[in-house]
Amino acid sequence: MKSVFSHRHLLGIDALSSSDINIILDLAGKIAEANSEKKRNKKKILQGQTQINLFFEPSTRTQASFELAGKRLGADVMNMSVVTSSIKKGETLLDTAVTLNAMRPELLIVRHPEAGSVHLLAQRIDCRVINAGDGSHEHPTQALLDALTIRRHKGCIAGLTVTICGDIMHSRVARSNILLLNKLNANVRVVAPATLLPPGAERLGVEVYTNMCAGLKGADIIMITRLQHERMKTSFVSSQREYFHYYGLDREKLELAKPDALVLHPGPINRGIEIDSDIADGPQSVIGEQVEMGVAVRMAVLELLAANFPEETQDA
Amino acid sequence: MHDRPLFFTNARLIDPSRHMDTLGSLLIENGSIKASSNALPPLPENAKNWENSEIPENSEIVDCKGMVLSPGIVDMRVFIGEPGAEHRETLASASQAAAAGGVTTIACMPDTEPVIDDVALVDFLLRRARDTAVVNICPTAAITRGLNGEKMTEFGLMLEAGAVSFTDGRRSITNTQIMRQALIYARNFGALIQHHCEDHYLAHKGTMNEGEIATRLGLSGIPREAESIILARDTNLALLTGSRYHAAQISHALSLELIRRTKKETDMITCGVSINHLTLNELDIGPYRTFFKISPPLRTEEDRCSVVAGVADGTIDVIVSSHDPQHVETKRLPFSEAANGTIGLETLLAAALRLVHNGDVSLLRIMHALSTRPAELLGLRCGTLQVGAPADLILFDLYEPWIFRKTEIISHSKNTPHENKQFQGRVKRTLVAGKTVYAHF
Repeated sequence: MKSVFSHRHLLGIDALSSSDINIILDLAGKIAEANSEKKRNKKKILQGQTQINLFFEPSTRTQASFELAGKRLGADVMNMSVVTSSIKKGETLLDTAVTLNAMRPELLIVRHPEAGSVHLLAQRIDCRVINAGDGSHEHPTQALLDALTIRRHKGCIAGLTVTICGDIMHSRVARSNILLLNKLNANVRVVAPATLLPPGAERLGVEVYTNMCAGLKGADIIMITRLQHERMKTSFVSSQREYFHYYGLDREKLELAKPDALVLHPGPINRGIEIDSDIADGPQSVIGEQVEMGVAVRMAVLELLAANFPEETQDA
Repeated sequence: MHDRPLFFTNARLIDPSRHMDTLGSLLIENGSIKASSNALPPLPENAKNWENSEIPENSEIVDCKGMVLSPGIVDMRVFIGEPGAEHRETLASASQAAAAGGVTTIACMPDTEPVIDDVALVDFLLRRARDTAVVNICPTAAITRGLNGEKMTEFGLMLEAGAVSFTDGRRSITNTQIMRQALIYARNFGALIQHHCEDHYLAHKGTMNEGEIATRLGLSGIPREAESIILARDTNLALLTGSRYHAAQISHALSLELIRRTKKETDMITCGVSINHLTLNELDIGPYRTFFKISPPLRTEEDRCSVVAGVADGTIDVIVSSHDPQHVETKRLPFSEAANGTIGLETLLAAALRLVHNGDVSLLRIMHALSTRPAELLGLRCGTLQVGAPADLILFDLYEPWIFRKTEIISHSKNTPHENKQFQGRVKRTLVAGKTVYAHF
């Protein structure tokens, strides 16, 4: 069957239609099943292709997940971690683009601390680019893997009530999830202290709550986002104690959601700040499964982008 | 040696200083306006006597064919790279760009390297301008030494050297006491203080207008109040000190209301708006286009409409280009790391004419805000077609369609928000002191 996924890059959920999203999730679902089998055959879809993981921000799990995904598809994977000084970050970015272009990779996976930097890079480079997180903007593969995890448990996303809690203002995961869940017709709520709600949040297609208990009532899915420690130092949140009291997911608050509600977290977890350890390790938590789905989703995205390679060579 | 006398006839004379919009003729001799009238002598060259004034034998006679002849534009806010960043723009290149855009007087900003905060530097600029520039260059000197917001400069001596007003350019003076002292001290000399209003703490690391669009792009926002809080402080101080105060650029409805209220109490307070805030909004940023990153940031469409209305009703006194040349290395960066600023001298008139063609602002009012009013504020003799005024004039076709192409940009820097945009209305001829410095046929 011919793929109708016609995107050159994956820069964000924003550019995807609901059918694009379903194509990715369907393929990823099949890959996930194949991955879970004991004897899995290494695929050769990306054989002879070079995949570079270019990370301007420290990351363990996303980078490892992309590396594994590429290797399982037969690509030659190279990791580049670029430590940036805070002053001349941009110079490094474009200089790096020129250098990378000369290496002629087929796939480039980029994470960068500034919003829009992956778009900028995509304009200046000849290969396929996947956004692995750009500032507070988007982290599309995270939203896709969250959706896949939900779909495996709930069958379908439309009609579910999903509550996203925590630092909505700075979270790229929250932005990508809000976009994706809306495209798939879920009811999306966000819960955050008022200082961590982005201006104009109510215009993103979400119900906005500052009271976590109200926001969790009747929820099918609870997504907890990570609270960055540096937010504590500035005046977004006064203390860990107060934050956990009002916005940490504990047993009492979890009981307000539906009994079969799922708990998701993109990791790494701050136990006792945004989520109680018991819940993170408890029966409703699918945090481990998210990591597993991450590999499947990234394999699916790599495969779909790679499907257009031959046509591209002709164009060039 | 002066050029031949010039006789423009069959021109649509726009003179905001006399509220005049009429078909007529105008004579230039020895660099200034010798006569102007709504009488149209018959063409061609047999017009000997015209309004009791002899048209000299050797005059060049220009049939304007109904095109607009108006005083040249006086642009109060222009950043030039000279001295210190000549690769971005020199006085020569800025003045060429200005001439092409119908700007005959540039008030340049002190944000250079070194900062224009000393008599010797004002003098240097004027000498460089005399030797290299084709339009008038008026230095705007710094309010504080090195633009550091602390120690005042020598207002009196710099005025005598040729500075036309004072500003800290892109910087906002945080210290309220210093601002008060500067306003009082300026009153000594009748000097005009121009100020860029931005609360550093509130703007923080913001890169665009705060709101839904910034949130969607994952960019940190600058609230409108970052501007209006400082503007409110400044208008209070200006009322307290009785000094002349000019808000360099206001960008939204809140500031406009504040100005409107204050103007009921005093005529010492004036304000400007950049052409960008009149013709663009935050949506133009689209996929992180850094050429649309400016300070104050582009606001919402509602804000744009309200500042347009502010120009139309005269609450906003002047329109500036806020010409700010930036090079590739300061613009081809992730949005939050890119420098603020767009070039604008070449497109100032054409972009402003959009407001005329849209029916938002009359042609007379647009030219008042572009030429007559800024000349008044800076104490210049131009900005009028009155007899005796310097012949700083522009002749433009109000209707000629054209496209602003990157390859035709005269400025050294190419950071225009109008690349390949269509305009209606084009400068045909620019004169400074009677001398043609630009012609397009």
